[in-house]
Amino acid sequence: MTKLIDRRMGFFLIALFIAVVAIPVGNLAIEGKPVASYVVQLSGKYLCYALLAVALDLVWGYCGILSLGHGAFFALGGYAMGMHLMREIGTRGVYGDPVLPDFMVFLSYEQLPWFWLGFDQFWFAALMCMLVPGALAFVFGWFAFRSRVSGVYLSIITQAMTYALMLSFFRNEMGFGGNNGLTDFKDVLGFDLQSDATRAGLFIASAVALVAGLMIAKAIALSQLGKVLIGIRDAESRTRFLGYRVEGYKLFVFVVSAMMAGVAGALYTPQVGIINPGEFSPANSIEIVIWVALGGRGTLVGAAIGAIFVALAKTLLTGWIPEMWLFALGGLFVFVTLFMPRGVLGVIEESWAKLRRTEPVKEVTP
Amino acid sequence: MLRLLRRTLTILFLLPASVMAQGLEDLVTSLPDGDFDDRAQVVNAIALSGDPRALNVLELLSDGQLSYLREDGRIVTVRDEGDDDVAYDVLSEERIGVVGRRDARDVRVNNGLRRDIAAAIGRMGLQNVDPAVRLDAAERAFRARDPEQIDALRAALAAETDPEVTTVFEQALAAAVLRSDAGEADKRIAIAALAARGDRDALSALSPALTDPVLAGEAQAATDKIERSIASWGLAQNLWYGISLGSVLMLAAIGLAITFGVMGVINMAHGELVMIGAYTTYLVQETIRNSFPEMFGWSLAIAVPLAFVTAGAVGVAIERGVVRYLYGRPLETLLATWGISLILQQAVRSIFGPNNREVGNPEWMSGAVDIGQMAMTWNRIWILVFALAVFAALMLVLKRTPIGLQMRAVTQNRAMAASVGIRTGWVDAMTFGLGAGVAGLAGVALSQIDNVSPNLGQSYIVDSFMVVVFGGAGNLWGAFAGAFSLGIANKFMEPWVGAVLAKILILVAIILFIQKRPRGLFALKGRAVDS
Repeated sequence: MTKLIDRRMGFFLIALFIAVVAIPVGNLAIEGKPVASYVVQLSGKYLCYALLAVALDLVWGYCGILSLGHGAFFALGGYAMGMHLMREIGTRGVYGDPVLPDFMVFLSYEQLPWFWLGFDQFWFAALMCMLVPGALAFVFGWFAFRSRVSGVYLSIITQAMTYALMLSFFRNEMGFGGNNGLTDFKDVLGFDLQSDATRAGLFIASAVALVAGLMIAKAIALSQLGKVLIGIRDAESRTRFLGYRVEGYKLFVFVVSAMMAGVAGALYTPQVGIINPGEFSPANSIEIVIWVALGGRGTLVGAAIGAIFVALAKTLLTGWIPEMWLFALGGLFVFVTLFMPRGVLGVIEESWAKLRRTEPVKEVTP
Repeated sequence: MLRLLRRTLTILFLLPASVMAQGLEDLVTSLPDGDFDDRAQVVNAIALSGDPRALNVLELLSDGQLSYLREDGRIVTVRDEGDDDVAYDVLSEERIGVVGRRDARDVRVNNGLRRDIAAAIGRMGLQNVDPAVRLDAAERAFRARDPEQIDALRAALAAETDPEVTTVFEQALAAAVLRSDAGEADKRIAIAALAARGDRDALSALSPALTDPVLAGEAQAATDKIERSIASWGLAQNLWYGISLGSVLMLAAIGLAITFGVMGVINMAHGELVMIGAYTTYLVQETIRNSFPEMFGWSLAIAVPLAFVTAGAVGVAIERGVVRYLYGRPLETLLATWGISLILQQAVRSIFGPNNREVGNPEWMSGAVDIGQMAMTWNRIWILVFALAVFAALMLVLKRTPIGLQMRAVTQNRAMAASVGIRTGWVDAMTFGLGAGVAGLAGVALSQIDNVSPNLGQSYIVDSFMVVVFGGAGNLWGAFAGAFSLGIANKFMEPWVGAVLAKILILVAIILFIQKRPRGLFALKGRAVDS
């Protein structure tokens, strides 16, 4: 347990705990609302991104699989939750159909497509937002790892996967609302999505999910299995020659990571109020990679911090000077890969170690 | 039918002398008088008047665009100019002035009259001195399939000297004969003529013969033959679309294949280098438009070397500035070049604005050429030629020049190449520059068929990756085979499943294909692969 929460994890958890207490209290309990409602919503969104970054860090930082398709798992989780929220609208939609969501009435569906069945139950949707990304990752990974597709080739076909999914979800015939996606949600589990209390609740839920994700990822990294993963990352052939079934290990961690991304997506959808095929776009998936790279690949906490930092910068910059955002993001990609291969956390730890004249933490050298 | 025939005879032979003698002005003025039968007589008289303005009048009449002024009975066309309706004299084109809705009344036409007008126009054109007009008239007559035109067509055919026009006259005659009550022998010849034509129009022209008990067998055989011919032309057309798409994909991907093959890095900014090539073309055309408009036909010839140099220079700058520090870390290179692509995109957006820029086709690239029942646009043909030329030039560079030899050496075994004295760093820079330059060339070509906007590169990047991954790195033939097979497969699936689903299926197919051959169609063999 002590190893599970090391120094930087401890710092991060304390900071997160303070935020989780301060933001909802500032929004709900204090007169005059020193924390505006949109801040709660944004913070919740950032935490979802952080969880997504942790998921990617698990496969990229510890196993060397650069997935350019993690946005797809995230979006699938988001769609699973979105489908539940659509069903929960019930008769309050524009057309007032008790079963069919508005867009289906509009496209003159006779009945609910089979893959929408069951999504009126929350537990089913919650299960699906992990199972569907997990199943996709399993099938995709089973094929890819078994035939030893790796490196750049793997990155490119994961990108092809998310691109193909994006094109599919844009089609109206798919039954997922076409390019409008799913939106106009009313409430979740009976709580009004527009109310501040629900938003605070979702924010706290996101924080809990993030902590759980961090713990699971850390536990995997520290286990025997984690050691093999690092072995695969650094010398795949050698690990294989030592007798480990590399593809099994890769598949396991890929599926776990995809499910984690799915949960992040499921928490994301109710907080932003919409999920559409744009979430599948390859550019989104690449952006996740820079969160991880900035924070520090193979540090988990760093990935979460990187995601929060970049998302915050994006919100601020696109508000102030929209033209600068792509310059900044592009520059960040170049700068981090050239000058900070170990990310911000790596730099901090190196200088900390120099200061204390001790060895840097050895455990994470990508 | 009989009534029609009688009417035509009346028109042709018993036309009152008074009507014949009138000038075009009087004839046009008398259009609104009487019923549709009277109007048909006037139409024929107009057609026979030999006046060059007659065609225009008849066409306007057929489109229902003629009106007469209630005030003085002048025949006018009313055009919509902003908020006002303005009347123009139909013959003199004189602007009469703004008219209200009640001042002018339409000269009414019905379908019977429209058919008469079409026939009259057909007869006028059949005798024209210009073969192009005669050809056009013959095509009209073919589509009209009017038995009343048989005599006119026979007369025209007898006088015809141009072989191309003669063929169409024969076909038009055949189509009309099948509709008439001509003899069996005539109809047999007609069926043969239509079978030789072999397109969809011929198919519908044949339909009357299918119900004829005597000719049904022959007509059925001809129909089958035509359907086969249509099917094979459709196949050829699809193949052409596929080849055309393939040439575009190859242009977009081949530069990527070079860098990937030699250096093992995926250049995510490749699409933006294509975009730079397209914007170079735009700038060249702008300069020419503003300063030397008469040189517009040469704009692309000037843009090609400039785009190569510009994009190549940007490429070398990227390599020297960023990529060379990341050797041996292909995934980091991928990320860094992605960052560069974002910067280039935003830079272009800031300089040129987010909207599409106008890039024109020079005259020799516009228009289309028909081969049989297949239409090929000139710009697509030139792009195919250009793509093949670029491919051949690259092959020559790689196989016949010292730098090409060095590139191949580095591709096959970097360490060995370095130890025999090849400056691998320099080769990398040149390779990257070459790949970028080719991307610029692709940009020149794509500016002719696609929107020149900051998003131009993005729309091709996934496709180009697919080509490279499918074809395999290290061999230009891989990109060649990859591009054309993906292009053709895509276009053959499109008619069945639609454009989007075809693309999705291709992507899925590639993902599955990679499982079988993780390094593409033309994989490098040997020890270098494991590194």
